[in-house]
Amino acid sequence: MHPAPPTVRPVHFWFRGQIQSVTDQPHTRTILQWLREDQHPYGTKEGCGEGDCGACTVVIGTRDDQAPEGLRLEAINSCIQFLPALDGKALFTVEDLAQDGQLHPVQKAMVDAHASQCGFCTPGIVMSLWAERENQNETPDREALCVTLSGNLCRCTGYRPILDAAQAAWKTPCGKLARGPIRQALEQLAAKPSLAYSYSDKHFYAPHTLEELSRLYASNPQARLLAGSTDVGLWVSKQLRELDDIIYLGAVEELKQIHTTPESLDIGAAVSLSDAFSALCTEHEGWGSLMTRFASRPIRNAGTLGGNVANGSPIGDSMPGLLALGGHVVLQRENETRELALEDFYLGYQKTALQPAEFIRTIKIPLVKSDKDGRHLFRTWKVSKRRDQDISAVCAAFSIKLDSLGKIKDARIAYGGMAAIPKRAFHAEAELIGQNLSEEVIRNAMRVLATDYQPISDMRASAEYRMQVARNLLLRLWYEFNERLMPEVIA
Amino acid sequence: MSTVGKPLAHESALLHVSGSARYIDDLPELSGTLHAAFGMADCAHAQILKMDLEPVRHAAGVVSVLTAQDIPSSNNCGPVLQDEPILTQKLVQFYGQPLFLVLAESHDAARRAAKLAKIEYEPLPAILTVKEAVANESWVLPPIEIKRGDAVAALAKAPHCLTGKVQLGGQEHFYLETQIAYAMPREDGLHIHSSTQHPTEMQQMIAHMLGWGAHQVSVECRRMGGAFGGKESQSAQVACAAALGTWKTGHPVKLRLDRDDDMQITGKRHDFDIDWEVGFDDQGCILGLATTLASRCGFSADLSGPVNDRAAFHLDNCYYLDAVAIRSLRGKTNTVSNTAFRGFGGPQGMFAIEYIIDDIARYLNLDPLTVRQRNFYASPGSAQRTTTHYGMEVEDNVAPELVHQLATECEYIQRRQAISEFNQRSPLIKRGIALTPVKFGISFTASFYNQAGAIVHVYADGTVLVTHGGTEMGQGLYTKIRQIVAHEFGLAPEFVRLTSTDTSRVPNTSATAASSGTDLNGKAAQAAAQAVRHRLATLFATQHGVNIDDVRFKDGMLHAGSVSQEFGEVTLAAYRERIKLWESGFYATPKINYDKNTMQGRPFFYFAYGAACSEVELDTLTGESRVLRVDILHDAGKSINPALDIGQIEGGFVQGMGWLTCEELVWHQDKHRFGQLATHAPSTYKIPAVSDCPAIFNVKLFSNANVEDSIHRSKAVGEPPFMLAFSVFFALRDAASSAAGRPAPLQAPATPEALLRAIGGLEVGG
Repeated sequence: MHPAPPTVRPVHFWFRGQIQSVTDQPHTRTILQWLREDQHPYGTKEGCGEGDCGACTVVIGTRDDQAPEGLRLEAINSCIQFLPALDGKALFTVEDLAQDGQLHPVQKAMVDAHASQCGFCTPGIVMSLWAERENQNETPDREALCVTLSGNLCRCTGYRPILDAAQAAWKTPCGKLARGPIRQALEQLAAKPSLAYSYSDKHFYAPHTLEELSRLYASNPQARLLAGSTDVGLWVSKQLRELDDIIYLGAVEELKQIHTTPESLDIGAAVSLSDAFSALCTEHEGWGSLMTRFASRPIRNAGTLGGNVANGSPIGDSMPGLLALGGHVVLQRENETRELALEDFYLGYQKTALQPAEFIRTIKIPLVKSDKDGRHLFRTWKVSKRRDQDISAVCAAFSIKLDSLGKIKDARIAYGGMAAIPKRAFHAEAELIGQNLSEEVIRNAMRVLATDYQPISDMRASAEYRMQVARNLLLRLWYEFNERLMPEVIA
Repeated sequence: MSTVGKPLAHESALLHVSGSARYIDDLPELSGTLHAAFGMADCAHAQILKMDLEPVRHAAGVVSVLTAQDIPSSNNCGPVLQDEPILTQKLVQFYGQPLFLVLAESHDAARRAAKLAKIEYEPLPAILTVKEAVANESWVLPPIEIKRGDAVAALAKAPHCLTGKVQLGGQEHFYLETQIAYAMPREDGLHIHSSTQHPTEMQQMIAHMLGWGAHQVSVECRRMGGAFGGKESQSAQVACAAALGTWKTGHPVKLRLDRDDDMQITGKRHDFDIDWEVGFDDQGCILGLATTLASRCGFSADLSGPVNDRAAFHLDNCYYLDAVAIRSLRGKTNTVSNTAFRGFGGPQGMFAIEYIIDDIARYLNLDPLTVRQRNFYASPGSAQRTTTHYGMEVEDNVAPELVHQLATECEYIQRRQAISEFNQRSPLIKRGIALTPVKFGISFTASFYNQAGAIVHVYADGTVLVTHGGTEMGQGLYTKIRQIVAHEFGLAPEFVRLTSTDTSRVPNTSATAASSGTDLNGKAAQAAAQAVRHRLATLFATQHGVNIDDVRFKDGMLHAGSVSQEFGEVTLAAYRERIKLWESGFYATPKINYDKNTMQGRPFFYFAYGAACSEVELDTLTGESRVLRVDILHDAGKSINPALDIGQIEGGFVQGMGWLTCEELVWHQDKHRFGQLATHAPSTYKIPAVSDCPAIFNVKLFSNANVEDSIHRSKAVGEPPFMLAFSVFFALRDAASSAAGRPAPLQAPATPEALLRAIGGLEVGG
């Protein structure tokens, strides 16, 4: 017996100083299409339609009690976000910045630094910088600005003047966005029943609670779950797929929480990659080198850890680390939950253990007891053609524990890009466990990786390169263990 | 105060940052506008047996579907040869080739419908690579040779000989704005907004397609969202298709390519297979050189002739080659038709000689910079070593002093020593350094292109409107023209406005290419402004009883002795006196004289020079690398706008660095996608991103007025800096060679995989 479907209502969001109500758009219409084709402010551009170039960057405001005045501002790619996902949020575009004909300091700095040439990427860059300027009071250093701009491609300038403009933008005092009134407006929207939007017999649901979600999904198991839209968005923008009903996870409060228990870090499935990584890095410094190489800032703002895990791509970057640390997923279906070790979740290429109407609720990462004695090392490294926003050729993660005599007590090793699924290197692990750590033992493990993996060749790398790098990263681990003086690890 | 020489902001900078700069997709749409999309072939080479377009016609929102049969006259968008169909009819020549055009009520509807065609093919054998093209003697144009002296004899006599070969990858333009055209009906013709570097060629192609005269078609371009050569000829297919749709339906038609379609349909930088035999003495001086430059041109000639010519001309870079034989092969392949891209073949030719010199230095265990310097052309006025292999005197050689200045200022020798010490104590991370020079010939090698026109309107109120034949793609051409015209009238730049480039205003324009935009159009605009200025000066002199030679235009005023008058007052007076306040200007580059058949003469008006020193770091475990520091000294002549010129230098450098490091084009080899570009989106094709910008990036202009009478003695700056990025590649090769303990056989692009392979890291397992 199915409960009555929720009552259909328009999508409501804050735009240009007021609440907009939208009823006449297909449920997979992107924010960018709506802006350019229906609203006609042309500042926001389409450069690629897949969230990779940043010409379409807009800023989204969401309710967040931790943020200034309760409103969180983040840059995202509007070309892969469906319009109904804006429900209850605020949307800002480049046209919102200049006040009374005066350029915002970010815009002014871009002009003064000669930071635009053809100008097509410029509005997107301005929006990424505006979000940062709103969120950071202190001038970020160059490295931090590179993170801010990691999702914005410019083909003309070579970026130097953009980085200069970014730093100069903090030197000019600037009026900040009055977030309070917007938060209040969003508060009123939040009081409305959760979104059930309908256009041409297709539905877009945005349940507010876990209970609503499980009920909706149970009654409509064919529906497509949507989290950050950083992959599903491309099914529409690039593959031109017609999607059926959509259930959006981004409004489910329980899924957006992070809890730390004595045993584990529990990350809700709809927690953004940005938030998830900052929690992960707090617990395990070994995540640090991956965090800034995982996609780009706007993709991390939109994408979720749960989405990365559920998608099950062999080149998803979070999974090797989660596998190495012994991560688990908590799955829910109606009122039942079950917990699976992550390696048991992946059955084959883009095939997971999820049953119809079952969804990931939480990702649990065991906490490692203090590793102050230097006897536990966790590292995860990504190798790709480009440092920012690229897809891994190989992504590796190692969690190695030594006993007090220097013997390897436990070793968990996992790689992405090496098999049809993110996968542990059981043979290599077996070579290590119980051995005294030495270069010879490491080299044995390197050798048996060929038993664990038979990688493929594609446009990112050849099979032999993947295998060799997978091995060499074990060697890098050895060097790190050895605290041998390495001037700087590249990447 | 003159505006020439000042670092003024780009004339559209305020519009760019506020999102108000209008690109073609931002123009308000006329009612009834239809949106177009190409239906594309999904095989590399085949006869089309049957094209069932019924499912396309019946798709939601579709208004019309057009094929080759709907083209009334010439089905061609090839700029040189008539070998490139707008819509192919019988024969598919590359994966992604446009077969038909869908016109629909929305962009989305057109794209969706375009996927629904049912095409039956009879597959033909396909050639994808340069190697296969050479093996099959498959050419778009016949091979050519340029020779001087007796290379074979010189090689036989030389104390040392080396042979070598290298593969050099292609490059996608990745202009941020994809190809777009918006055609609209006029009562007796068509007007097309086209994102193009070459409005006149678009006009001609469209007229030919329809069997019309050029006077019935006007093509307009205000600005492009980047071009880099990719919108010189390759904009034609899109412009023609949009125009065809409008002609056929009477509706305005917009065709904007989706990024993936753009990357699969449009041509790229030619990739090259290069091999050589070089003879040299103990000092590393080249005595003889025989080389083959074989390129992948794609399925049609496009601009491959002049691109490969320029590669052969630029094989010398800054070096005197006494006995030399260059064979240039133009491979025909079943891939997109490769085209103009910043440098236009020059980079590929220059890369060859830089690789050869690097090899010589490593063989002789000499510093590569020393070997470079020993091979330089002699200074002007010397009796020997001043003539290029194509017979042009190098009269403006500043490479020796420019390189010397850079090497001193960036402390090349000291840093090389420090790097050597670093590498000895660092087992995993290796550093490298290289300092490479650039000499680049300025002018179209198709000599007739070296002309330009402009119109300067002075309104009675003293404001000025300028239009010319050049197009704005971000390089700052409009800004420099504004400065040039403002200078003539002594006005602040805000009194001078540039309007869009339109073939109905200035006819018979040349492509804005070959770095020549300011050289040509600046001179034409200057001539027009000077004509009006002369009339104003005459009137002023007459009215005030002063000598015309004493009249100065400065700070918005006309001055002569103690007499001054506002510019706007003089123009109003001139209007009332019925004096013509507008004028056209024309310019044709002098001195150039080049015989296409013998490939000898003076194809270039002058040369632009530069040099760069890059220091890099290489992770020998993964092949990943990072550029630590870059120092550039570049010759922009007497710069009209140093800020814009530095922008071109930095941007060109980083783009060149991308070509030689992270940008890799890969075509599918597996059976069912054979010949499809695998890297057809930014997710798989990686141009440099912000973290790739060198942390230390010192760029200076070399003090050097052009010896030729160029506009304000400036030098062209669009393309030459691109080749400064050789310093990154050869610094990487330096680091890789340190790691390998021998000259590393590094291929371009130097991806992490190519680097790991070059150091031998893929030779042995575990």
